[in-house]
Amino acid sequence: MSEMTYRDALNQALKEEMRRDASVFVLGEDVALYEGSFKVTRGLLAEFGEERVKDTPISENTIIGVSIGAAMGGLRPVAELMTVNFALLAMDQIVNHMAKIRYMFGGQTFLPMTIRMPGGGGSQLGAQHSQSLETYFMHCPGMYVLYPATPGDAKGLLKSAIRNNNPVIFLEHELLYNSKGEVSDDPEYLVPIGKAEVKRPGEHVTIVAYARMTVLALQVAEELAEEGVSCEVVDLRSLAPLDEETILDSVRKTGRAVVVEECWRTCGLGGEITSRIYEHCFDILKAPVIRVSGLDVPMPYSRKIEMLCIPQPATIRQAVTDVMSGAY
Amino acid sequence: MEAKLRTVLPDQELLRLYEQMFVSREFEERCAEQYTKGHITGFLHLYSGQEAVAVGATAGLHRDDYILSAYREHAQAIVRGAAPRRVMAELFGKATGICKGKGGSMHLFDPTLNFMGGYAIVGGQFPISVGLAFAARYRGEDRIAACFFGDGAVNQGTFHESLNWAQLWQLPVLFICENNYYGIGTEVHRSSALASIHRRTCGYDIPSEKVDGMDVIAVYRAVKYAAEKVRETGRPYFIEATTYRFRGHSMADPAKYRSAAEHDIWKARDPLPNYAKRLIEEGITTREALEVIETRCRGTVDEAVKFAEESPWPEDSAVWEDIYV
Repeated sequence: MSEMTYRDALNQALKEEMRRDASVFVLGEDVALYEGSFKVTRGLLAEFGEERVKDTPISENTIIGVSIGAAMGGLRPVAELMTVNFALLAMDQIVNHMAKIRYMFGGQTFLPMTIRMPGGGGSQLGAQHSQSLETYFMHCPGMYVLYPATPGDAKGLLKSAIRNNNPVIFLEHELLYNSKGEVSDDPEYLVPIGKAEVKRPGEHVTIVAYARMTVLALQVAEELAEEGVSCEVVDLRSLAPLDEETILDSVRKTGRAVVVEECWRTCGLGGEITSRIYEHCFDILKAPVIRVSGLDVPMPYSRKIEMLCIPQPATIRQAVTDVMSGAY
Repeated sequence: MEAKLRTVLPDQELLRLYEQMFVSREFEERCAEQYTKGHITGFLHLYSGQEAVAVGATAGLHRDDYILSAYREHAQAIVRGAAPRRVMAELFGKATGICKGKGGSMHLFDPTLNFMGGYAIVGGQFPISVGLAFAARYRGEDRIAACFFGDGAVNQGTFHESLNWAQLWQLPVLFICENNYYGIGTEVHRSSALASIHRRTCGYDIPSEKVDGMDVIAVYRAVKYAAEKVRETGRPYFIEATTYRFRGHSMADPAKYRSAAEHDIWKARDPLPNYAKRLIEEGITTREALEVIETRCRGTVDEAVKFAEESPWPEDSAVWEDIYV
């Protein structure tokens, strides 16, 4: 194990997979010479050369379409969209093409491709650069959606995504790039797709979270432990397929749940998870499930009010306290 | 001065082009009949009138070259080698269809023929063609990607993005515009600021030319030349083939936006009888010999309809199959 940042863990995953398999190549805006807007592709051009590390025009829809064609033609593309916000320009190729091709062509082809997208809010980048669009992708069958919270998972999940034969949307949280954690040195260390992880075991209440929300949930759990409240934190890691079993097993144990989502509340993944908890655990719930969500507003710029739009440790803490006390 | 047919291709090949055009026309007309009987449902876009483009172009490509197209693609699939019975079964929604009945008329696909799909979002196939061409170069394969599309697709963002990209990365893509002058009911000059489509490539410095898409030999020669250029230079090339669809946009369209006079002018240029006349005039074949070919084609399509009718529906379990590997 080595301690490293989320950014370096992703970088290591890319390098290891490119060394392992010559069909893996990277493309995206500013990924080669500039080494990526968030420097995740640092050193790739120097090591792997021009044909495997490709700068592209600012043509998001075509970045994904070219990746689809390349995947169909026998390669394993890893596309970077500079941020998740720009993925909206590529939704035609992502939803109408990538997610449909295998099915509508009767299983005669497959698309082993990964699309990396930094996302999330909290850096005062304003309404067009601060979105959490994970639910948009989860809604559509035909692709996987991954969103790691820790450097270790970032590396292991990205390696699994690249090796997987299905299209994978790989989200990275911009505020986690500098976070540090233990990362396996084993080049065969893979985190399975479709498996949530209990990041902290507990007894009184389950907090279901993902990505940066997991990091905040773990902070809150630590604080509350000192006050005698034992939180179990389930980190989803894989949003699609969703690991319903791990979520439900935890709620069956604790009898209470708080679901934390950075995205907008309306039709967000929190609503989906809450509904599944009710469908399967209604009889054993000791309290209603509470959702902690991003506010249903376009993101404002000003620090003071931006903070209000994104779940904070205090709002998560309040939700847990409410679920425990019945004061909802 | 038109070149004599025998200076272009051997007799057998010349006759094969006729047979391919005839089977394509016959297939489409039988589709229309089966649609009115309710055996084919959903959208159905027929190719009648445009046969010289698919047939001439496919003959000008290598068997290893990729072909991609839009949603009016039955003929392109059949000419490339798809069995008419499996295409018809697909249109009927049967399990024996070329895509197990999951794709339908607009989504034919067969990777064993390097026929890489019919796409029904206008302009969707542009970047996918570019990606396939990149994969071919990356893997050191001797093949190009031929991307068919209509005049309506040239105002999509993917058209411009993909032309720029193919030239920037120097990729072997042959763009083939089938200009039938109408995007559903909107004529080219009502949707394109520059209606002379092949001239639009100058912004990307891609060589282009216009060819008579009602003349199978002209299309063949243009595509053969262009494909060789693409192969030799590793760079894109662009062909605009002017043509006409004798039917509406789809079976739901009576095509009232076109005048009878206009239709008659194009009908007089029907690629099948005109090519047949030339074959006979140049002594390649006789009317009687062509009738043997035509009878064979009708038999093939009869058999395709029968096969489709008698084929089983997909199992219910198929609905969950082929989503993920």
